[in-house]
Amino acid sequence: MKQHHGFAATTAALVLLTAASVAHAGATLEGVKKKGFVQCGVSDGLPGFSFADDKGNFAGIDVDVCRAIAAAVFGDATKVKYTALTAKERFTALQSGEIDVLSRNTTWTSSRDSTLGLNFGAVTYYDGQGFLVNKKLGVKNAKELSGATVCIQAGTTTELNLADYFRANKMKYTPIAYDKSDESAKAMESGRCDLLTSDQSQLYAQRIKLAKPDDYIVLPEVISKEPLAPAVRHGDDEWLDVVKWTQFAMLNAEELGINSKNVDEMLKSTNPDVKRLLGVEGDKGKDLGLPNDWVVKIVKQVGNYDEIFERNLGQGSPLKIKRGLNALWSQGGLQYSPPVR
Amino acid sequence: MPEQQQTPARPPFWNDPRIRSIGFQCIALLGVVAFGLYLLHNTQTNLQQRGIASGFGFLSSPAGFGIIQHLLPYSESDSYGRVFWVGLFNTLLVSALGIFLATLLGFIIGIARLSKNWLVAKLAMAYIEVFRNIPLLLQIFFWYFAVLRAMPAPRQSFNLGDVLFLNLRGLYVPAPVFETGFWVVLVALLAAVAATVILHRWARRRQELTGKRFPVVATSLGLVLGLPGLAFAAAGFPLSWEYPELQGFNFQGGLVVIPELAALLAALSIYTAAFIAEIVRAGIQAVSHGQTEAAYSLGLRPSYTLRLVVIPQALRVIIPPLTSQYLNLTKNSSLAAAIGYPDLVSIFAGTVLNQTGQAIEVIAITMAVYLTISLLISLLMNWYNRRVALVER
Repeated sequence: MKQHHGFAATTAALVLLTAASVAHAGATLEGVKKKGFVQCGVSDGLPGFSFADDKGNFAGIDVDVCRAIAAAVFGDATKVKYTALTAKERFTALQSGEIDVLSRNTTWTSSRDSTLGLNFGAVTYYDGQGFLVNKKLGVKNAKELSGATVCIQAGTTTELNLADYFRANKMKYTPIAYDKSDESAKAMESGRCDLLTSDQSQLYAQRIKLAKPDDYIVLPEVISKEPLAPAVRHGDDEWLDVVKWTQFAMLNAEELGINSKNVDEMLKSTNPDVKRLLGVEGDKGKDLGLPNDWVVKIVKQVGNYDEIFERNLGQGSPLKIKRGLNALWSQGGLQYSPPVR
Repeated sequence: MPEQQQTPARPPFWNDPRIRSIGFQCIALLGVVAFGLYLLHNTQTNLQQRGIASGFGFLSSPAGFGIIQHLLPYSESDSYGRVFWVGLFNTLLVSALGIFLATLLGFIIGIARLSKNWLVAKLAMAYIEVFRNIPLLLQIFFWYFAVLRAMPAPRQSFNLGDVLFLNLRGLYVPAPVFETGFWVVLVALLAAVAATVILHRWARRRQELTGKRFPVVATSLGLVLGLPGLAFAAAGFPLSWEYPELQGFNFQGGLVVIPELAALLAALSIYTAAFIAEIVRAGIQAVSHGQTEAAYSLGLRPSYTLRLVVIPQALRVIIPPLTSQYLNLTKNSSLAAAIGYPDLVSIFAGTVLNQTGQAIEVIAITMAVYLTISLLISLLMNWYNRRVALVER
């Protein structure tokens, strides 16, 4: 009877594996609608971007992007499930279909766009890499850092920029790469390394988590461009459109002065731009495969770009980051959205 | 009437158990092959559809990130292929050192566990029970975060005679600088090792023939230490030391043992030693007491009894499970990623995978490497096992 056992086992394995391998078929938007929630990949703990409070509720600007997508698709911003990912895990999680969208302070680069098989939505936050050091070291600018030991997060663009910067300035350094940004921050705090390097927004976020934030300063130099944007799988244009236009909708809402408080009044507006955006006129939502009142739901439940920025990163948060590059184009910043038309 | 030999009629071939058995096996094999091909095809189509790069071309593109510890020369402009070798060597380093230390410690504790001295035996037992029953990852964290993070900052280093410095960035020791003429010492060392091997064989043959013993250990030690020493003096001491010095942020120069390596090594060897100790104890207890008594009654001293009678018989019980401990240690070294030690899994299956996005290729290579290392250790230990196994004459 030996051969029968072998055969049965093989068949069982076959069935199992085939079943597991057909899970990715179908467009993402349809899949999301069918299962009733957006599976969103976020950071495992970065104040201002995505951070779980003591009740396990995620909050942050990256989280709000996920919520806005859910509001656009379902009219309900709570229909999101979060997957906390480290920098190393994030792309595999997206490629394998484990998550629908990766909204995790991820820098948009050419190689990620091409060889990694990703597509990026609109830029959520224009960032740049900087250094966080202890004031005790007496370092005033980054050019004095030769010979330093540097803590970084493994598998990030930060790791590459750091190497480039020190090489270009003919300075020596010792890198220590940890999987989690918290571990890097802890390592710097204990003195395992002299400085922490990361996107500046992250440095501000890490700084307030330290025991004595006032002992540390962020150096003035910004050594790279880090446009942070949500990513989706390559080859699913409908879903990319949904993600991208969800972000644009929040920018357009800010531009037109629509916010979560006045959105109901704005429905009565006579401004044709407002009418189109809020779906009073035209079928812009339907064209994207969404309900026509998608922007109303986004703004009402999540807010416009200004609201989510200030709430998570700006004056309404402990981080107190200024809009800077992230101000609207009309106010000297880079945030510029194509029109809804 | 003579009884006729009844040959049973041959059953039709589909009822022949032998043919059926082969038939089913063929079907199963075909199924497996077809499934493998389907998976391969499925993967390739999906990768293509999503525009994810595939193939091994990435191994020659520049890596662009720094690595804290590399046994090979490495700089940021080297390729991902180079990163692979750097990671592999770091894995091999921690595994080899770990196997050595764990074996040493394990044998000592295992023998101590059987000691007639109550305190020694109980201490050994406490060691085994504590370290065997705490998860390895926790032990790594303990050494890294609790012990080594408590070291002083570089400026307040523990200073041993301006030569050794210990701080939370690591242990800094002087680095040897080999000057011209040092090769003489290496040649002398090789010659001494060769001479020792020959001496050992000769002494054994002589003992088998005449029963006379030769002080092999003392002579070998003298040879291995003396000959290179003489050559070193004759060549005019062609060696100097580069001492670590505090410059700017850190100590510069010398060699450094980074705390990531120290923590990982300590945890791996202490954890595995607890298991090895139990294996050694079991092995020794498996040798029947009659053997010891027989040796004593022949007038052998306890040390000779242990060395010549008990251990050779215990080894054949010890070696096979010892092999699996070595394999475990090697595979457990991949926990390095948790504390930032740049081993193969951390920098190749982690960082390189993330920078290139070629999960399938990178993971396949990594798995193949661990499989190869494990099979090699296994082969080596099996060969050794055959040598120490009892041969019936």
